[in-house]
Amino acid sequence: MPFALSPERERMLEEILERYPTKMAATLPLLHLCQEQLGYVSREVVDFVARRLELSTAHVEGVVTFYTLYNQHPVGKHQVWVCRTLPCALRGAYDVIAHCEKRLGIKCGETTSDGKVTLRTAECLASCGTAPMMQVDKQYHENLTRERVDVILSGLLGS
Amino acid sequence: MIKRTDYLTRLYGKPEGWTLALYERELGGYEVARRVLKTMTREQTVEEAKKANIRGRGGAGFPMGVKWSFMPKKVGAKPHYLVVNADEGEPGTHKDRTLMEENPHACIEGCIIACWAIGAHVAYIYVRDELHLSKERLEGAIREASAKGYLGKAPFGIDWSVEVYVHSGAGAYICGEETSMLNSLEGRRGEPRMKPPFPANAGVFGCPTTVNNLETIAAVPTAFGLGGEEFSKLSCLHGATDGGVRLYGLNGHVNAPGIVELAVAPTLNELIYGIGGGVLGGRGVLCAIPGGSSTPVLRPEELVNAPDPKSALNPWHGKSVFDVPMGVETMRLVGTMLGTCCVTVIAQGTDPVWCFHNLMQFYRHESCGQCTPCREGSAWLERMCEKILNGRASMQELRGLHDIANGIMGNTICAFGEGTAMPALAFLQKFRKELEEYVRGGRTRADAKLTVGEWS
Repeated sequence: MPFALSPERERMLEEILERYPTKMAATLPLLHLCQEQLGYVSREVVDFVARRLELSTAHVEGVVTFYTLYNQHPVGKHQVWVCRTLPCALRGAYDVIAHCEKRLGIKCGETTSDGKVTLRTAECLASCGTAPMMQVDKQYHENLTRERVDVILSGLLGS
Repeated sequence: MIKRTDYLTRLYGKPEGWTLALYERELGGYEVARRVLKTMTREQTVEEAKKANIRGRGGAGFPMGVKWSFMPKKVGAKPHYLVVNADEGEPGTHKDRTLMEENPHACIEGCIIACWAIGAHVAYIYVRDELHLSKERLEGAIREASAKGYLGKAPFGIDWSVEVYVHSGAGAYICGEETSMLNSLEGRRGEPRMKPPFPANAGVFGCPTTVNNLETIAAVPTAFGLGGEEFSKLSCLHGATDGGVRLYGLNGHVNAPGIVELAVAPTLNELIYGIGGGVLGGRGVLCAIPGGSSTPVLRPEELVNAPDPKSALNPWHGKSVFDVPMGVETMRLVGTMLGTCCVTVIAQGTDPVWCFHNLMQFYRHESCGQCTPCREGSAWLERMCEKILNGRASMQELRGLHDIANGIMGNTICAFGEGTAMPALAFLQKFRKELEEYVRGGRTRADAKLTVGEWS
């Protein structure tokens, strides 16, 4: 079935288009809008974005595959990203990752069988002064302790 | 010398500190922008900016006022643009985020003055997508400023217009490189462009563009509020055209990590012990990365060798590099870079080879893949490091790492190549003993530690 934006997001797109002299400049923002609605960027989303912004599907596909944050496949209801880069690693990021894997029963890059949580590592999230940290959906959780991680993960699994 | 100031950070930690009401009460609201727009011409604004000696806060340290002066003097058929780089993602860098979250109005006021100086009517703030709170606060500040008539048509009642928009990235470190950012803003893959043409001639949408780091822009209202020269004189490196105050960051193995605003320029030791409360567990410092992972690592045993009285480093001849003020030129002269001056401190007892491998994983992941030396080189560096760490590498392979790193240097379109090779070469040179121990079997991954104590 062809993809279509919800009326509210369609209005947001109109607003976005006014900000730029070209339609192409709305590619990244529009892909974000689509992903917010569907959870990932499907083949149909690529077609929709190409048609809506008068671009080739090859161009849109090229953009989607370049950037880390566009999911090319369906993912869990919640996204957990644990920063693994040096400043976080120095404060225990690898222990955080191991703990999350154990608690969730999955490896990084996988989704829990109930489809609730996708666990991934992230490269530096600009939170080095409050390491270790992880991002859950749109929210940062900083200065993580084992207890805090347990509370966060339990909340996600119970949601 | 540690000289604390609070021009940028006065509102940090205050309830509702990000609102216009607080910005007006504590930091003069938009009075500086109003005065600049009402009393100064474009040329005067650029001249004043030059006097402030603001060295770009994004890492390269290029003088902001000089960059502004590169824009065409007359606005022709093509409009001018300001692009603000808030794609903060260099490992160890966590300063721009605090400004956006806790003092967003300074960023917006800086945009207005910068647009005035370069003849632009539109500014795009390119924020990495992960920083949702930063985007929310910036957008809130834009709404408040627009409602007051500081943005939009006829700001402060002047016959001129200015708009500021927030643009989200989508998770690519390379988009912090200015030409890559321009491609990304245009809706393309974030691959860097060849220079020339430079952005001041052909930037975003093919139009003259100035790209400034977010902290650079946020410092503009303070600089114009005090007056360019007064602002510059706050720095002890004013004479070396490295002026004003800036945000210094501390992370890694220090007792009190975080962001602090200081006059330019403290030394590494002053930062670590005077601000950071020393190293975790009372340990000594193994090494420190002065300003983001691309800046070559420094060890406290390294001494300044500048016997020539004419050398800018001569006052510190014979002292540790950790006792040299952290300015753009001084750090260059000691063989590293000031970068973003957010320092990653690594304690004694930490395994430097593992640190090296961790950074190479980052560069391999983030290389955009456009240039072969960088795409292949970063992957080789990471694989070889892993092999060393696993005790399976030979001495010949260890030597090969130098060749790979040198093969990247200077052979790529953008500075990401150097950003990968420089820290690699520094680790190879300064931790040769530890690397050889791995090759000879005297050190193994099982004994390696990255943390001080256990995470709990």
